[in-house]
Amino acid sequence: MIRSMWALFKKDLQSEIRTRYAINSLGMFIIVTVSVILFSLGSEKLAQNLTGGLFWVVVFFTAMSGLSRAFVSEEERGTVMTLHLIARPTVILGGKLFFNLGLIFLMNSVTFLLFSGFFETFVFKSPDIFLLVFIFGNIGIAVAATIIAAIIAKASGKATLYPVLSFPILLPLMLIVIDLTKTSLEGTTYTDAGIELSFLACYDIVMLVISYLLFDFIWKD
Amino acid sequence: MATNQYHLEIENLTKTFSRRIVFKNINYKYEKNGIYGISGFNGAGKSTLVKTIANIITPTRGVVAHINDNSLIPNDELHNYIGFLSPYIVFYEEFTAMENIFHFAKIRNVELDIDYVRSLFMQLGIEDRKNDQLKTYSSGMKQRFKLVFALAHHPKLVILDEPTSNLDEKGKESFYQIIREVSKNSIILIASNESTDLALCSSILHLEEYKK
Amino acid sequence: MFKKFTVYILISLVSIVGISFPIVKSPEKWYEFPNIPGLEENAKIIFFHVPLSWLAVLAFLMSTYFSIRYLRKKDFTDDLKSYTSAQLGLIFCILATVTGSVWAKLAWGSFWNWDPRETSIFAILLIYGAYFALRSSLDNEEKRATLAAVYSCIAFITVPFFVFIMPRIMTGLHPGSADDSTSGPVVSFKMNMNMRVVFFVSLGAFTLLYSWLWSLGYRALLLKEKFLKSQEGLEQ
Repeated sequence: MIRSMWALFKKDLQSEIRTRYAINSLGMFIIVTVSVILFSLGSEKLAQNLTGGLFWVVVFFTAMSGLSRAFVSEEERGTVMTLHLIARPTVILGGKLFFNLGLIFLMNSVTFLLFSGFFETFVFKSPDIFLLVFIFGNIGIAVAATIIAAIIAKASGKATLYPVLSFPILLPLMLIVIDLTKTSLEGTTYTDAGIELSFLACYDIVMLVISYLLFDFIWKD
Repeated sequence: MATNQYHLEIENLTKTFSRRIVFKNINYKYEKNGIYGISGFNGAGKSTLVKTIANIITPTRGVVAHINDNSLIPNDELHNYIGFLSPYIVFYEEFTAMENIFHFAKIRNVELDIDYVRSLFMQLGIEDRKNDQLKTYSSGMKQRFKLVFALAHHPKLVILDEPTSNLDEKGKESFYQIIREVSKNSIILIASNESTDLALCSSILHLEEYKK
Repeated sequence: MFKKFTVYILISLVSIVGISFPIVKSPEKWYEFPNIPGLEENAKIIFFHVPLSWLAVLAFLMSTYFSIRYLRKKDFTDDLKSYTSAQLGLIFCILATVTGSVWAKLAWGSFWNWDPRETSIFAILLIYGAYFALRSSLDNEEKRATLAAVYSCIAFITVPFFVFIMPRIMTGLHPGSADDSTSGPVVSFKMNMNMRVVFFVSLGAFTLLYSWLWSLGYRALLLKEKFLKSQEGLEQ
């Protein structure tokens, strides 16, 4: 089953390489957003406790502008039935999740590099903890965004609905990652951040399980 | 008749869209390999019926039982037993015909019978275009490619929804020839109103009889 | 009819008693309420605000319960039940937010403070909003029922995170929250007997109100469905 998921991922990847739609538009989205922040700051310095929050704001909106494509593009092109005919629902969910995971890790690494370059205060006293937050946070966003994207695609791809539906689901995750990013900028230890980190891991697992359980209902007409 | 080979049983199949009845209480058995027809006027629900049989749509009531080796095939494994051709199928236009076939085989997780696929391309007369992107195909060529997609993985049940639309006489001839060949080893259902399509069938299900 | 009458009597009773009975330092007479430090006169909101919040959560729970039942049995009436409950939930949720926020202005000095409870009720409001936005964007009834049910299931599993995480990240101001310095749950320790009776009667009255409104709304939706069906029958 993993092999089928991987094959679906490779199909999406090859399609992406040929059209470069997501990479181009998301790349531009990040650059535009970061430059808007830079313009609004002018010559002032950004306070350290704000950079963490801003970072996740950019991440959230990047995800909201790009991750729905995984399902919406299939629905728009009319290839949903073809997918029905060649794979079971779990494979579709897995393949799309792989693709979104790849996309979000790539995009957020770019955002991270831009933030490190432009904001002097975006320096971590506990980089190891931030790395964990980054990984768990990205996985959580990718999983929740993927299942909501599947819902959106069935609602004939109403793009404005996507952040509306995703935000309440992502809210607990966002609150934890913003809090943890702030503390890891200031410096923290595993004992202090332990419970929040495990909550983060819990969120990822719970979301993954519920997506697996509910995807059949969304996928089948 | 108890057979070990693949066969299909439809029991009390009913589908309603909100309040509209599409068809009601269909009971039918397809036990031997061969060609069977489904007919009905436009909008009678031919496409809905074949999609329900192919497990793309869940029925409102009733069961479609796909049986192999005397046991029910679970829904999750069904897709590799079925080949499906329909006007509603769309492929990935940025890929070539062969790339599409390769990706589908990988996602299905089956070994691709490359010689068989090549012979299908040859018989349908699109051999020289198989490495062109699908967006350059005409509608008749796309229809031919759909047949390759439906047959490439040697399905036990082949469902053809309006198989010969968009085809010229030569195309129809090669379609019928391939269908007859395949029907020796699998059950073929043709949903159509074309008299030449239905002439191939040994028995025909008339959807008009299942409205009330 | 009986239910309607009981709801009317109980709610009037609670309103009169809750508002008119005085709060004194050391209650002696049967109609006097005790003074809870930190709440004083404002404590009276407990008879209205808490039942409303409780109903907002209860309606959410019921809505999710019927959603799960819909997904299991695909019975169309379950979707109507879930929808009715969500509609009521939204109303109670807004009322709870407004009463809480008015109280917060008097007690904490501003209408909104991002206290954990406030954040949680805000999240529930957002979930309700998203649920209705999703429903209104879908025309096909079956699809609408399924997707709305799936969404409310996904939304429901975020609830434990709010309950457990919020208090860790934010400091609580709300009476009865973990770091309330005059600690201890308000209901069991700081109310005297008559206050507690009024409170629980109010809770019961509001729950009854919910169940009455719910069955009313559900039957109205059902009738509407039947009407549409008969009209379609006439057309054919």
